[in-house]
Amino acid sequence: MKPILEVNQLTKFFGGLKALDKLDLDIREGEIVALIGPNGAGKTTFFNCITGIYTPTEGDVVISPPNKKTMRINGMKPNLVTKNGLARTFQNIRLFPNMTVLENVMIGRHSRLSSGIAGAVFRPKSTRREEENLINDSYEILKKIELAQFVNELAMNLPYGAQRRLEIARAMATEPFLLLLDEPAAGMNPMETKRLDDLIVKIRDTENISILLIEHDMKLVMSLSDRIFVMDYGKKIAQGTPDEIKSNPAVIKAYLGEETDA
Amino acid sequence: MFSFNEIKKSLAASVWLMFLTFPILVIRVNTVENVVEWRWKNMVYAGAAAFIISFLANFLVKRKEAGNKNEKDKGNKETLFISQRLLNDKRFFFPALVVVTIFILSFPFLFSMYQTSIMSTALIYVMLGLGLNIVIGLAGLLDLGYVAFYAVGAYSYALLNHHFGITFWVALPIGGVLGAIFGIILGYPVLRLRGDYLAIVTLGFGEIIRLVLENWNAFSFGPSGISNIPRPDLFGIDLSLQANINFIYYILIGLVIFTIFVVNRLQNSRIGRAWIALREDEIACQAMGIDKAKTKLMAFALGATWAGMGGVVFAAKTTFINPASFTIWESVMILCIVVLGGMGSVIGVIVGAMVLILLPEYLRAFSEYRMLIFGTMLVTMMVFRPGGIIPDIRKKYTFEEKDK
Repeated sequence: MKPILEVNQLTKFFGGLKALDKLDLDIREGEIVALIGPNGAGKTTFFNCITGIYTPTEGDVVISPPNKKTMRINGMKPNLVTKNGLARTFQNIRLFPNMTVLENVMIGRHSRLSSGIAGAVFRPKSTRREEENLINDSYEILKKIELAQFVNELAMNLPYGAQRRLEIARAMATEPFLLLLDEPAAGMNPMETKRLDDLIVKIRDTENISILLIEHDMKLVMSLSDRIFVMDYGKKIAQGTPDEIKSNPAVIKAYLGEETDA
Repeated sequence: MFSFNEIKKSLAASVWLMFLTFPILVIRVNTVENVVEWRWKNMVYAGAAAFIISFLANFLVKRKEAGNKNEKDKGNKETLFISQRLLNDKRFFFPALVVVTIFILSFPFLFSMYQTSIMSTALIYVMLGLGLNIVIGLAGLLDLGYVAFYAVGAYSYALLNHHFGITFWVALPIGGVLGAIFGIILGYPVLRLRGDYLAIVTLGFGEIIRLVLENWNAFSFGPSGISNIPRPDLFGIDLSLQANINFIYYILIGLVIFTIFVVNRLQNSRIGRAWIALREDEIACQAMGIDKAKTKLMAFALGATWAGMGGVVFAAKTTFINPASFTIWESVMILCIVVLGGMGSVIGVIVGAMVLILLPEYLRAFSEYRMLIFGTMLVTMMVFRPGGIIPDIRKKYTFEEKDK
């Protein structure tokens, strides 16, 4: 089967600094893939290159959405990347704090709708129907992510764990085939992490969305992932199933340092 | 409630001020009679005033802190201001609407021509405020050159009329369209900028337009301006001066209602939400599939449209325009209206415009202190009501649970 996301020899320079060095990665449909590595390894840079926030210096990012034709997306604007079915969350939460929870999710639907200024002012039947569907769909998503009780709260008033989940809800509203989660469990307590674990599996199973996540919580990574990619200093140092990664000497070296005979 | 501590604090402030102002307020060397006058009375005044002001400020700050604490105790429940609660209450809202409508419609017959004329000026600013509110309040783009679009509108009517004899009613939409075009011309190069940088560039743009109008004599008749701009006609009938002032008033009421209608609808639409998202977080907004460039340009263009139309009415109302009417001060004024009234809030902007335009007119007796009162008011507002007089509240949706 063809991978839905294929990254070939992706390289990114910041001036003289090589943040990403000839990185290869692939994700197949229905997989949960984790990207791990020490701080500063270039994981978030990698996300930013894929989602169009940065333009890669070299290499290819190719997507093959299910039932759609393959396309190369590097250098594409972030909004077009999202429109083509890649949605992401952010490491440091980036919600729209002064909008309600529902409106945050409604924003996610933006690229799937079409009404413009004329539609907003004259409010023809099509716009009214579109708006009605939008509200209902958004509410359904909130119910799935278990945020329905906060629907009219401002996003900034939400508890931390709920804000993290709202980011996922908002990303899901863009109707992606691949969800990129940047440290979704950061700052969560063990109970919240467990809940997130269940949620991610549920999203994969019921929504048919594949998932690529960056995470530092090893317990979560090992229990969730089908495959793991390990990065260090912008390079891929290992890839494989959780069990393979656990015993990989290069990974242990990157995380714990080298053993010396002294 | 008033603890001894607070009184002591205010007392200390007043003594300190008395000490500081002693040399200038108390001692005066009378050079005519060669004596030193000791004006102890002044010291008492200064002390008493300082005591009262300090006490009042302490009290208000305390109350505000207590209010914040209460809010937290209630578990993040949004507290609505009285004004907002009244607006949400249907029993109050409809009678109030009827009374206000009757008052607005009969205004020219109840008050003098002078009053109607001032009110028309205020209404122009309501329009400008609502237009700028789209750019600043909704899309969060700090535009300090807004008056440029106002000038574009005014000059488009004046020049088109001068050269081609185009009437007010034809010029009105043309002014709006030209405003929008200039909005895009300004918007395009500043797409990447935000915050302070955007403010500086827009400020420059406003000045460019003004300087061009001032110096390009062949085009705009320079600083001497354009006079004898015709007032609007009613189906080709020329009206008397009195009737015309009333007529402009009604035109403006119509335009303001139209503006409110459009802004209100935009606010809770797909485009309006995209603007607010852009204001809240630009990167997240793009990552959610919103085209940043298109959304920003739309905000600039739409905001400028109202300024353009406002300019046409302004030219028709005053019958004379010159570049001096479009200085940076006007931009600042409109910005103050938006900030004071409440960013993003339609009613807030209307109230803000009324306060800022009408107050100076009726405070002519205190005209020397006008700026002082103005400044104090703005500072006090920012401390006690940072959201503006009537802050914006987001729309709430209700859902019926069918499956529970």
